[in-house]
Amino acid sequence: MNNKYILNLRNKFPILNKIINDYPLIYLDNAAITQVPNQVIIALSNYYKDMNANVHRGVYSLSEISTKYYEDTRHKIKTYINANSSDECIFVKNTTEGINLVANSYVKPILKKGDEILISQIEHHSNIVPWFLLAREMGAVLKVIPLLETGDLDYSKFETLLSSKTKIVAITHISNSIGTVNDIKYIIDISHKYNIPVLIDGAQSILHTKIDVQKMNCDFLTISSHKMYGPSGVGVLYGKKSLLDKMIPYQGGGDMIKHVNFNNIIWNDLPYKFEAGTPSIGNIIAFGETINFLNSLDLNFLYKYKLELYNYIHEKLLDLSTVKVIGNPKVRTSIISFVIKDIHAHDFGTLANYYGISVRTGHHCSIPVMEYYNLVSTVRISLGFYNTMEELDKLVDIIFKSKKIFK
Amino acid sequence: MLDLYKDIIIDHGNNPRNKYIMKDYTHTFNGHNYLCGDSLIIYLKIYENNIKSISFSGAGCVISVASASLMTIVLKNKSIDSSINIFEYFKSIIVSGADINEKFSNLNVLAGVRKFPSRVKCATLIWNTFYGAVNVNK
Repeated sequence: MNNKYILNLRNKFPILNKIINDYPLIYLDNAAITQVPNQVIIALSNYYKDMNANVHRGVYSLSEISTKYYEDTRHKIKTYINANSSDECIFVKNTTEGINLVANSYVKPILKKGDEILISQIEHHSNIVPWFLLAREMGAVLKVIPLLETGDLDYSKFETLLSSKTKIVAITHISNSIGTVNDIKYIIDISHKYNIPVLIDGAQSILHTKIDVQKMNCDFLTISSHKMYGPSGVGVLYGKKSLLDKMIPYQGGGDMIKHVNFNNIIWNDLPYKFEAGTPSIGNIIAFGETINFLNSLDLNFLYKYKLELYNYIHEKLLDLSTVKVIGNPKVRTSIISFVIKDIHAHDFGTLANYYGISVRTGHHCSIPVMEYYNLVSTVRISLGFYNTMEELDKLVDIIFKSKKIFK
Repeated sequence: MLDLYKDIIIDHGNNPRNKYIMKDYTHTFNGHNYLCGDSLIIYLKIYENNIKSISFSGAGCVISVASASLMTIVLKNKSIDSSINIFEYFKSIIVSGADINEKFSNLNVLAGVRKFPSRVKCATLIWNTFYGAVNVNK
């Protein structure tokens, strides 16, 4: 392992020097939010110092500069995910908003009573609730690909759940609660055989592997900046242009129209017709710097490194007789949920924090997964590129400690 | 750390008092902590505005179970009105950090929760459940 490379990387993140309760911070909640490198913090600060002005509006210098940087970010993310055109990359506030946009602007106009929406049992609430709301409003049916005990989806049921009434398949690439990597190639191939478009929730996968939307051939992909070492308040919805062109905006406001009178409105072109109102300009510009940061890294090395970290802690946890790891999916990564015998997840979380360790405890916005395993809450750790084996050893120490303290 | 997980709290968390399902209750309520999914049920036998018997069931963390155990000890044989006043006192010491009244030593052991804002809901779960029982079943 190239320790120097990781040490250098860690030094780029000021927050990793933080002391929590006299202990160095060990941050293991990267599935919820990733930390932000200094160059991104500087970019955000520089935006407010040098170019704070609304985009696409002014003829003055500040507005021209902020517009340029704003659109530069769009071009950078287009290249990063290999979209066909920048017009296919719509700025939203997060993955959740991207899913709501597709639900309301693509699915709703074509959804009739009795039509079907297919999701899976392993989804984050953000890929359940928008569809639930839409199905209830339109009298449509929400269908669910079931989960197996291993934590894999039951692919044998998948094709039988599709029908001529299925209007969309919306599925996560990687489970945020137990780390399952779903076989989205299979899902997309089979769905396309029936001409059903597929939305991929890429929130957890965007830093798991190289995402190439053209190769993946998904119809929509949603991601969040705050899970890729960028600022919060920014996400991207990628959609195939042929679909986006047909869609009707669901949020109205400034910048998304060409002409307004009280009888008729002409929508703006893509991608602006979906970006109503003043966007999170500073954060989007800082997100551009986040992509510069990612492009400066040896990502192939880091994908492998994160997997090694995962295997390291996974084996250690499996060896502990009082720890039960939830699920054992065929392909998995970065995220582990576990329970400790006779110790409530929140008690463990408070104890871990006392020793500087940030772990997630609770249902991880995936109550259907918890209920499947008959659990109320688990401890979840999720890894970032900057985590180390030494940090994970400390987590294991705290598990031993917790057994002494709570007995 | 010891501010929160004092020996007495661990003791009540691991060996809670009055944790059983009461058959002949007059009031009951199911309380949920939606943050973690924990749920506790309270059972009360109330005669002439006095709590003659009190118990709880369910599962929770050390803090929520210890708080429930200690509450049952404190509220037994109290009137509803004074129980509500004690609830107000309990909230005041763990939410707003009010002064400690030595009279309530069984509750004051939980005062350390005030330094752990994310755990306040654990300590108040059973109290809110109690409040639900006496109000809903009025």
